Amino acid sequence: MSVAGPPQDANRPPGGSAAAQPQAWGDHTSAPASGVELVVNALSIRFGGLVAVDDMTFDVRTGEVLSLIGPNGAGKTSAFNAITGYLHASSGEITYRGQRLNGLRPHEIAAMGVVRTFQKTSVFGGQSVLDNVLIGLHLRSRQKPVAIMLGLPSVKREERALQAVARDILRFVGLESRSHEQGAALPYGEQRLLEVAVALAASPRLLLLDEPVSGMNPVEKADFMETLARIRARDVTVLLVEHDMRTVMGVSDRVVVLNQGRIIANGPPADIQRNPEVIRAYLGERYARAHG
Amino acid sequence: MRRLATAAWLLVLVSAPLWLRSPYFLHVLIITGIFTIAAMSLNLLLGYTGQLSLGHVAFFGIGAYTSALMSLGFDIDLTDTFKLVVEPKPVALSFAVAIAASALFGWLIGRLSFKVRGAYFVIVSLSFAEVVRLVALNWVSLTQGPMALNNIPPVSVWLPGIGEYRFLGKVPNYYLMLAVAVVSYVVIARLVRSRAGRAMIALRENEALATSVGVDVTRYLVLATIVSAAMAGAAGALYAHYVRIVDPDIFLFIYTVTMVIMVVTGGKGTLAGPIVGGIIFGIVPQVLRDMAGPEVQWIIYGILMIVIVYFLPKGIVPALRDGLQRRRHVRDAGIDPLASAPPAEAAQRR
Repeated sequence: MSVAGPPQDANRPPGGSAAAQPQAWGDHTSAPASGVELVVNALSIRFGGLVAVDDMTFDVRTGEVLSLIGPNGAGKTSAFNAITGYLHASSGEITYRGQRLNGLRPHEIAAMGVVRTFQKTSVFGGQSVLDNVLIGLHLRSRQKPVAIMLGLPSVKREERALQAVARDILRFVGLESRSHEQGAALPYGEQRLLEVAVALAASPRLLLLDEPVSGMNPVEKADFMETLARIRARDVTVLLVEHDMRTVMGVSDRVVVLNQGRIIANGPPADIQRNPEVIRAYLGERYARAHG
Repeated sequence: MRRLATAAWLLVLVSAPLWLRSPYFLHVLIITGIFTIAAMSLNLLLGYTGQLSLGHVAFFGIGAYTSALMSLGFDIDLTDTFKLVVEPKPVALSFAVAIAASALFGWLIGRLSFKVRGAYFVIVSLSFAEVVRLVALNWVSLTQGPMALNNIPPVSVWLPGIGEYRFLGKVPNYYLMLAVAVVSYVVIARLVRSRAGRAMIALRENEALATSVGVDVTRYLVLATIVSAAMAGAAGALYAHYVRIVDPDIFLFIYTVTMVIMVVTGGKGTLAGPIVGGIIFGIVPQVLRDMAGPEVQWIIYGILMIVIVYFLPKGIVPALRDGLQRRRHVRDAGIDPLASAPPAEAAQRR
């Protein structure tokens, strides 16, 4: 496992209290120290005649932060949607810890520990911030409908426990002071944090973030990178789609570069920055020729 | 504060037969209550899962017909040689069967609507209600068609010590209605404040996000239709044994519309909304009937509805709640000036 950590000091708590809550909401009993988390093998996605993703093969190793980058329309989000069950792969295979994900529905994939966020800001706008996270805790609660309707004490007990966990998660991302505000009333950057909080509530082992820092200001971006470092410190593997190169190069262990549906490069950030094909894809043929 | 308000409400409702001397008003209150139960059940679907069931009266009618038929007894020619004969059953049992039958149809609609949302859910539910109405109208050997099912016995229960108790007359039926209403309210309140209710709300607010955190939205939509249909069925059975006659007009679209109006004006997605809407739109038409001619009644009814929807688009209860919250906000503003502290704090940290 590569442990070239991000440059930020990962242990600084936001608002000063997160460190006091170690693993309060993590419930993966064991994360293997090494191994392959996700394998995408010869994945192709076609919409009619349009090839969105063409023969894509890569893997995500346990514990790493892998970034998927590429120009607009390169197929990043389509790949995300196929992995998490929102799109059907035209061909190819996706396996998570040895289990096939093809054909499973999104909520089934989430239950296996593969949880995503969305490119377009996506929160439960009409609900309070705390309720957003409580919805995210769905997989961690056990109440059965009949028990709920009978009002059994076990349900009440679990509700109290869930509230406490939700507060811990909000503290972790630094939104605890916003608990009672409506999701839609938060400023943009905080809504993006809330999205991550909702995803974390579902106890991901593999977290897929789709352009999490887009629209954030530089301060928020830096804060977010720090949060990301603390997330991976909790044994969460991260697959990131992002346009912001500073963020990508700062947090990633490896970077996979897509162009027009195909992988053109795959390696550590430093190599990617020097890769002539990547430069060509991003900056054009002429720039590549002029600057070598 | 909240407890006190609930207790006051209950006291008013429980004591109503004591200070409402007129049996006619009590009758209005019973019918209003029965429709309010149906509106509460519709609210679980419309208000919490966000799916508009425009055929909700189907569950109401199925409950009414099932309970009536079970308590009267019926026979069906299944084949030329075999005839299914059901002897009259005790009303309490018929009532339970009616709830189960409605729940079963709720499950069916929920499953049919597996991938159907929004407009398609409306069409499925609407068609369902129309089909059921036509069946009730044309299956004369079972339902008597337009001749109606008559002489339906009142609800009766067997009580230890007393023997059989029959809910005859206004006052017993009022309390019976109230009991069913309270049970329905409590069940809905528990549901919506739980994991199941959050899943329903998640479906309403953002289905893609809900599934991304592992919510099986279809499962909870089906749960909502089952519970909702069962409650509407209970309301229908109450209606059948109170009015003691059921005809296919019970499936008329106007009843669904009434329920929707009750929910929307009162405030969908709130527990108190359908009750407030139910009481207003249950009682107002009856009061108007004493005061004005039919044409004026309908004009006033329409204007009232437009005024509420126009000025309180979210409904009466959310409007009141928002008003209270704003006042509290203004009051607390002096105490808590740091309401927007975190971003500033974040900026300082850098």
